[in-house]
Amino acid sequence: MSSFFSYLINGISLGSIYAIIALGYTMVYGIAKMLNFAHGDVIMVGSYMAFLAMGSLGLPPVVAVLLAVVVCTILGITIEKIAYKPLRKAPSLAVLITAIGVSYFLQNTALLVFGANTKMFTSVIKLPPVILGDGGVNISGETQVAIVVCIIIMIVLTTFIKKTKAGQAMLAVSEDKGAAELMGVNVNGTISLTFAIGSALAAIAGVLLCSAYPTLSPYTGSMPGIKAFVAAVFGGIGSIPGAFIGGILLGIIENMSKAYISSQLSDAIVFTVLIIVLLVKPTGILGKKINEKV
Amino acid sequence: MKTKMNLTKSTKSTLITVGIVVVAYIVMQILGGAGMLSSLMKGLLVPLCIYAIMAVSLNLTVGILGELSLGHAGFMCVGAFVSAFFSLYFKETMAAGPRFIIAIILGGVVAALSGLLIGIPVLRLRGDYLAIVTLAFGEIIKNIINVMYVGRDEQGIHFSMKDAYSMNLSSEGQILINGAQGITGTPNDSNFTVAAILLVLTLIIVLNLVNSRPGRAIMAIRDNRIAAESVGINITKFKLLAFSISAGLAGIAGVLYAHNLSILQAQPKNFGYNMSIMILVYVVLGGMGNIRGSLIASVILVLLPELMRQLNDYRMLIYSIVLIVMMIFNWSPKAKEFREKYSIKRLLGKKTEKGEA
Repeated sequence: MSSFFSYLINGISLGSIYAIIALGYTMVYGIAKMLNFAHGDVIMVGSYMAFLAMGSLGLPPVVAVLLAVVVCTILGITIEKIAYKPLRKAPSLAVLITAIGVSYFLQNTALLVFGANTKMFTSVIKLPPVILGDGGVNISGETQVAIVVCIIIMIVLTTFIKKTKAGQAMLAVSEDKGAAELMGVNVNGTISLTFAIGSALAAIAGVLLCSAYPTLSPYTGSMPGIKAFVAAVFGGIGSIPGAFIGGILLGIIENMSKAYISSQLSDAIVFTVLIIVLLVKPTGILGKKINEKV
Repeated sequence: MKTKMNLTKSTKSTLITVGIVVVAYIVMQILGGAGMLSSLMKGLLVPLCIYAIMAVSLNLTVGILGELSLGHAGFMCVGAFVSAFFSLYFKETMAAGPRFIIAIILGGVVAALSGLLIGIPVLRLRGDYLAIVTLAFGEIIKNIINVMYVGRDEQGIHFSMKDAYSMNLSSEGQILINGAQGITGTPNDSNFTVAAILLVLTLIIVLNLVNSRPGRAIMAIRDNRIAAESVGINITKFKLLAFSISAGLAGIAGVLYAHNLSILQAQPKNFGYNMSIMILVYVVLGGMGNIRGSLIASVILVLLPELMRQLNDYRMLIYSIVLIVMMIFNWSPKAKEFREKYSIKRLLGKKTEKGEA
């Protein structure tokens, strides 16, 4: 029973990281109506930045994380400006292919700059593990921090969107771009802001991910990125609470199938979940049905 | 095929495309017969056909249907393993010719069925779900094959998901699929002639589909889904048709691939995401929706890296830039303006047609 409990906690922790990544997907999808394939690779860049800042520059972990966040934010805005902005009016297939191109570009640049060797990432978290129930359940510092950070981000983001002008602008743009523009909303600025927030969150998720699973390579981001997308679809793409619920559920499903079914097949199980969700409820748990106007 | 002299435009175009392959085949055979082909070139002939089939079939999904598939290598993997398993199973009991023909049909059909299976939940949805699900499919297939163990002895077929020992084979037993080690000892039935014939078949299937009534329906869906639906086109049916044909053709490419090697393993290198992206680059560079373009682009992009080995490290980086630049060049309003201003036609003093994209 205690092992079940620790699998559950670890699943929630992994799910929290997925949820933070899924937020980036869901916000960008909600506003720019595009699937940002490069999001997973922004995670990888963030992790490398933190790794270099701590390893080569010897900066303290907090500064390293901040540096990673700043670099990823700039990267996110730059990607949007160069690659996606010229394609605002292009068909979604063209944007999707561009996004794959960007993802590939980041991966291969990292491969050339940092090399293909896997690096060992030193955890940024120095909290002692919490031990419950006669030592049966061991919750590591990374697990605690991931869950807490995810909850804080959710609260801050929801308040930001509900209470601030920029947040309301984001809602307006996601609802109707043209109407928002007529009401004086700076659409391009709002889209840039969305990419900035998503990329900053990706950097945080990257550091958390590499602290919990301490290996780092140019391909680190792609698999968690895809799974976070699955989480976003699971919860209902475009919905922020949906990303949270989807992420947590997916993390639990993945950890449970690793523990009780097969560790090699856990990815296959996660993707089977996606296909089942698309079959039964394509809009996801919290997704809204959008009626199309002709 | 029509024997009349007044051929329609589409038939003429099909004949030209097929003609290119036939001429290339004859030239290669003459060069090969005269001993003018290097062994590197000879080894590349079958892979060239495989990649061309992959590119043409992916173009059916991406260019004609307008959906993105990122797991095309996954369907190739299905075709490869199903056919390799079949060929190995009947290696002693069947003649090479009919065995290979059945293997090709089997590989194609199973891959098409898996395409259908993926397509049914996904293709009725709007949005970019197909991309992510096909991507997932490619990974699932690789995962499953890498934990699958199949063997046989006098008692019949044994199957395990754990390791080769838990199949409890007798001493006479033979391991057919050995997990991550894959399938060893597939008969090498592929050769350039078979590959070229299959490439021609693929071209005829795809080009005829495009020029047929269902093909027009598929392109109508791509261009305007709502308009297509309102004239009574069954969207899901035609999407499924195009996608499963595309998957089936990828499966046939897989059959060729499996029978060209003696060891078949499901690795990221051959059936992974990278492979799917590479094929996508062929399609995008050749022109989405242009079948002949895919054919030419795949030939050039397979030969070019072989000739420029020193650039190998940068190959994928260059491909990614090609993808981004091609899309921006095609769709960005500024690039469109630029192209209209400096188009070759205009520079030659001819009138450009307005409103042409």
